Amino acid sequence: MRTARGHAAIGALCGFLALSACDSGALSEDERAKIASLSIDALGPLPPSPGNRYADDPQAADFGRLLFFDEGLSGTGNISCATCHVPDQQFQDARPRGLGADETDRRTMPLAGAAWNIWQFWDGRRDSLWAQALTPLEDQREHAGNRAAYARYVAETYADTYSEIFGALPDISEIPENASPFGSETERAQWSAMELEEQEPVNRVFANIGKAIEAFERTLIPTETRFDRFARAIAAGKEPTGDAAFSDLELEGLRLFIGKANCLECHNGPRFTDDHFHNTGVPPVAGLPEDLGRAVGIAAVQADPFNCLGRYSDAGPDACDALRFMKRDAAAMERAYKTPSLRGVAGRPPYMHAGQIATLEAVIDHYSSAPAAASGQSEIRGVVFTDRGRQALIAFLNTLDATPASDP
Amino acid sequence: MPLQHKTGSRRFVLASAGLLMAVVAIYAAYRLFTPPAPEIDVAYNTVSRDGIYQVMFETEAQPIPLNETHDWVVTITTPDGTPVTDASLSIDGGMPAHGHGLPTEPQMAENLGDGQYRVEGLRFNMGGHWEIRIGISADPGLDEAVFNLDL
Ligand code: HEC
Ligand code: HEC
Ligand SMILES: [Cu+2]
Repeated sequence: MRTARGHAAIGALCGFLALSACDSGALSEDERAKIASLSIDALGPLPPSPGNRYADDPQAADFGRLLFFDEGLSGTGNISCATCHVPDQQFQDARPRGLGADETDRRTMPLAGAAWNIWQFWDGRRDSLWAQALTPLEDQREHAGNRAAYARYVAETYADTYSEIFGALPDISEIPENASPFGSETERAQWSAMELEEQEPVNRVFANIGKAIEAFERTLIPTETRFDRFARAIAAGKEPTGDAAFSDLELEGLRLFIGKANCLECHNGPRFTDDHFHNTGVPPVAGLPEDLGRAVGIAAVQADPFNCLGRYSDAGPDACDALRFMKRDAAAMERAYKTPSLRGVAGRPPYMHAGQIATLEAVIDHYSSAPAAASGQSEIRGVVFTDRGRQALIAFLNTLDATPASDP
Repeated sequence: MPLQHKTGSRRFVLASAGLLMAVVAIYAAYRLFTPPAPEIDVAYNTVSRDGIYQVMFETEAQPIPLNETHDWVVTITTPDGTPVTDASLSIDGGMPAHGHGLPTEPQMAENLGDGQYRVEGLRFNMGGHWEIRIGISADPGLDEAVFNLDL
């Protein structure tokens, strides 16, 4: 009787201890903490966008969605953001380099979770989504348009929607048809011929286009993956079951990723990025103009009139932390690029800032051989992988694809 | 008697096993269910290279967070404990093993008085060993305090 009770107590105790220390494939406490830190559950709430007071306005988000898909918002009449950021391809285009009115020099970036970024673009030359959105609109290889034409287009097509959100449209009936500081020679001439008071309302409408688009982009949230279900179980001290259970190979890959392979140095946190810039020795593409990455992005973001400190920003200077504390040492940032998120990475080759690497196998080869950088200093210290190790890392990266839970 | 004795010792074994189990269970329950002890700010303390200053910092977030821009409050005294109230600070650092610096340029933002200074814009973007160097310029002289952090 007493003994039976004793056994029961031992049984209960063991089940109890299993929660904290007993099993789960002998992952160490440190490994569990690292796994939990990568889980989507560790993703904080959407960070504020201090420069855009419409960032969380649902009406602005609806307007932004229209603009994001509107081919009328281009010089050629057939290009929208979605031309390159294709919704059912993780908002990217699977090409080595984005193709609008012409081919660009960089790879199109996926957009889920971009609202958490501190810096936008591979070189971080913009400090908010709204300032970012204005850039492709006036890039001659992307939307190939100009801000005067966009302001007129909004006034013709969306006057009511615009004024409901942003207040009355300014009178822009007198401005040139086409004018911009970045367009063709005539557009630039037209722009510099305008008085500051004439440029100002055009800039204002242009900035608001960006602010609406940002409000929409803030609805593009990273989705849960198999890895997240695995990590959730681990964080709760439970054995992952169903599709959350990892194969031996996947688990091995995960352990390499957070351990010996050093990937976690840069691909950390729930978005698998440290929001910083690194030279990883990815070679330039022959035939493209020189690309120094972040070394050039630093001055560009400071010079951007639409940055957080600029007159079109709704933020007080104290709210512009990213710019205030920005690392300005360009020499240390030569050919450094923003660490990309690895969520969904297996489903969107090719890789790197100009699509230099075609497959995940070749990415692992790159980290293994750790080639010297064309310029600047690569931070990658080569890691020797066994064949199984390579397969394991790739198997793990595949668990970061967004897939709905397949079992109850 | 021997029988009696046997039962007695078995009882003793059972009792001690029960006691042990209870202790383990209580400990496990303690580990699982008690909230962590209230956070006392872990303070980091050091003497500057040339021994001119005693330097301490506290962080607004504990433990020091990864990928979060945050502030430190740095307290500077002379070795005898007198607050140094007129210092200007410069902050630098990096990961010696990785050969890179800080991802931000932290700045002394405010002299809080009493030898305390607010430093803003600290950010650590990866786990591992970091070195933070605080350059101090004040009446007693120029010196540098080095903190080693393992994140
Ligand atoms: C011609 C193809 C193309 C078009 C059109 C285009 N983009 Fe992009 N997008 C890119 C490329 C290429 C990059 C990376 C460019 C770079 O880093 O220099 C990029 C980067 C971005 C980023 C940065 C994401 C990050 O993680 O840093 C955002 C956000 C973005 N685009 C949104 C937009 C919006 C909004 C529009 C429409 C106003 C748009 N894009 C139109 C190709 C395009
Ligand atoms: C020193 C920082 C750093 C380390 C360590 C690191 N990465 Fe990266 N990773 C980057 C950067 C930066 C890029 C983009 C480089 C570029 O485009 O020039 C990148 C790109 C990638 C890409 C391509 C993603 C895309 O969308 O193009 C993959 C996949 C990847 N890394 C996986 C890994 C794996 C696996 C490891 C560990 C073996 C690892 N990384 C280690 C910084 C790092
Ligand atoms: Cu490092």
